[in-house]
Amino acid sequence: MKNLILIIVSTALVNNVVLSQFLGICSFLGVSAQKKASLSLGLAVTAVLTVSSLVAALLYQYALLPLHLEYLKTIVFILVIAALVQMVEMFLKKNAHGVYQSLGIYLPLITTNCAVLGVALTNVQNGYSILESTVAGLGTAVGYTVAIVLLAAIREHIDQEAVPAPFRGAPIVLLCATLMAMAFMGFASLG
Amino acid sequence: MKANWERIYNGVVKENPAFVLMLGMCPTLAVTTSATNGLGMGLSSLVVLAVSNVVISLLRKVIPDEVRLPAYIVIVASFVTVVELLMQAYMESLYASLGIYIPLIVVNCIILGRAEAFASKNPPVLSLFDGLGMGLGFTLALTLIGAIREVLGAGSLFGYDLPGNFQPIAFFVRAPGAFLVLAVLVAAMNALGIKNRSKKLVEGCDGCCATCATGCENKKEAAQ
Repeated sequence: MKNLILIIVSTALVNNVVLSQFLGICSFLGVSAQKKASLSLGLAVTAVLTVSSLVAALLYQYALLPLHLEYLKTIVFILVIAALVQMVEMFLKKNAHGVYQSLGIYLPLITTNCAVLGVALTNVQNGYSILESTVAGLGTAVGYTVAIVLLAAIREHIDQEAVPAPFRGAPIVLLCATLMAMAFMGFASLG
Repeated sequence: MKANWERIYNGVVKENPAFVLMLGMCPTLAVTTSATNGLGMGLSSLVVLAVSNVVISLLRKVIPDEVRLPAYIVIVASFVTVVELLMQAYMESLYASLGIYIPLIVVNCIILGRAEAFASKNPPVLSLFDGLGMGLGFTLALTLIGAIREVLGAGSLFGYDLPGNFQPIAFFVRAPGAFLVLAVLVAAMNALGIKNRSKKLVEGCDGCCATCATGCENKKEAAQ
């Protein structure tokens, strides 16, 4: 139990997926203009990341390892993630149309979100068990959601400020990310 | 031949993937803690980009339109695995310092983006030069950012200590330093009037790759 809590703290805060691992930067910068949209994306990522970590761990443990095909993990994982995102999309479209309406547009973005593949590969590297992998996936997704919602909250205020012309757009958002990353560095001692 | 050189120029200058198109931001920020790492990452991406461009171009009439994206992903992932294994065998220290970011070349938007935008519509030789040009542009950008961060953050360049009595600022080789250096570089480009797509990067519709582009179209539909 203590082990699992440590994994959550470490993946969500200490090694925050966006602010210290630099995974999922594309969507972190792109879909953080409004709090509501970024929260929806965060929830979609949480669902996909948790399920994909579990499926990837199961596949690695019970298919790739016994067959000595560990070197195929990159190919297998990316295909599983792509298929999984498609299935989550189809499932939501059919059974939860309200959720699909608010999350659906972000689902295709998630396939190429490197955080999903990154976590699956890191779990293997760390030698996590199936339960630990799933928890790590969940923790990473929580970290992602926290980071993107915080950035969105800051960006909503920046829009009203007089930012110097060359810094408008991407540079000021990157500067916000700089300050957030500095704040998250403070968590390093927790690990 | 002229068209081939034009592809190289296009990749390095006109459509530099990191500075102009603002694609592949994850490795751009993550591995540029030193010039050597930036160069290594850039060259690995260059190899994957050039080879997968050629193969995709050769198969462009064979792959059915409906399953082209999964097909491209499998081709790219195969070459990434080859590069990863070669690097593990012959460049142990670089392999250790790039770590997880080597397999993540698979999801680098530049590679799928070039497959979709160029290699799937053009003959193999031209696609090879397109891949080489884009790869060179990416390598130059990563090496430059890596050099800036290494000089400021570690007081060295390609692992060699700089002359003079310079106190390095460790901040620049840590995570926030990556964001700061990129922010200042983009701001400098804006100030100098160099056109780039940084606006699209923060508006979420950068259409960086086919799947993101679909996401964008859906978003536009939803907005209407």
